[in-house]
Amino acid sequence: MSDDILEQAARWRGEGRRVALATVVATWGSSPRPVGSTMAVDEAGAMAGSVSGGCIEGAVVHEAQKTMEDSEPRLLSFGVTDEMAWEVGLACGGKVQVYVEAVE
Amino acid sequence: MKRDILERLLKARTDKVPVALVTDLSSGMQSLVFHDAVHGGFGLEDHHLAEIRARLRQDHSGLVEFPDVEGYEDEGPRLFVHAHNPPLRLIVVGAVHIAQLLTRMADLAGYAVTVVDPRAAFASEARFPGVELVHSWPDEALDALVIDARTAVVTLTHDAKLDDPALMVALRSPAFYVGSLGSNRTHAKRLDRLCEQGLSETELKRIHAPVGLDIGAETPAEIAVSIIAQVVAARRNAL
Repeated sequence: MSDDILEQAARWRGEGRRVALATVVATWGSSPRPVGSTMAVDEAGAMAGSVSGGCIEGAVVHEAQKTMEDSEPRLLSFGVTDEMAWEVGLACGGKVQVYVEAVE
Repeated sequence: MKRDILERLLKARTDKVPVALVTDLSSGMQSLVFHDAVHGGFGLEDHHLAEIRARLRQDHSGLVEFPDVEGYEDEGPRLFVHAHNPPLRLIVVGAVHIAQLLTRMADLAGYAVTVVDPRAAFASEARFPGVELVHSWPDEALDALVIDARTAVVTLTHDAKLDDPALMVALRSPAFYVGSLGSNRTHAKRLDRLCEQGLSETELKRIHAPVGLDIGAETPAEIAVSIIAQVVAARRNAL
């Protein structure tokens, strides 16, 4: 159903909102959503879709908003062992990489 | 993502054309790779395109290892291939009560659904709002729908003159799932008839019958849950 998310992103953009897309590009272990899972985020923090079971969406929205500001894509890594870099982690013990890009 | 790329990607999805979105994770540049064309962003060598198209066919999104891409030694793989294939299809033969619930559940699960039933009183827009309906005879209908390996077929009419022709086509197609409603006794008779029609034992063994996972389903909605669960299990190699 990732097409619905892309359509939502295009709709939001068409309404003049700033929008970013977050996509799971790699997973290790028992990550909750497979590679290719997509989430659209708008400037107000509205979300469509998901990149995990809800564990990291908050942090991804935060980074997505930075990406909307500076148009710089970001590659984020999340994992339980990665506490130095991220305060959020995956309770399931998996690890994911999420690519965040602005919709121009 | 550039607006142009997003719009072309959405159009490919609407037109049901397979396309891979390739992203260079370090520069953010993107290309769309179709089976017969490439659009956008950055140069990809022929052997990259071959690998990307193979992954598109396998519906396999992920980072690709291209050791000859600049920076690979330091950064590792940095090209992400996102396969966008048309949705999986579910063809339901028999516009019966179970079908009304199954089509809604399949839609939620991301399947493109078609209902086949020559009986217009059953296969009506009022009973199946927004669902693609085909009123021709099931064998003709299934031939015209061109069943591929991303298609599941479920027969629900209980009526040999409708289910059997559908199964004759479905069992000789690359469908990833074929299921047929009916008790063990009904199914035994069905196998006899289809055998007489010339289907081989291997072909007949492909039928999931009685249809659906055994979850003790009784109501039409519960039976629909058991069927969609079995279709998903077949697709994910979990049967």
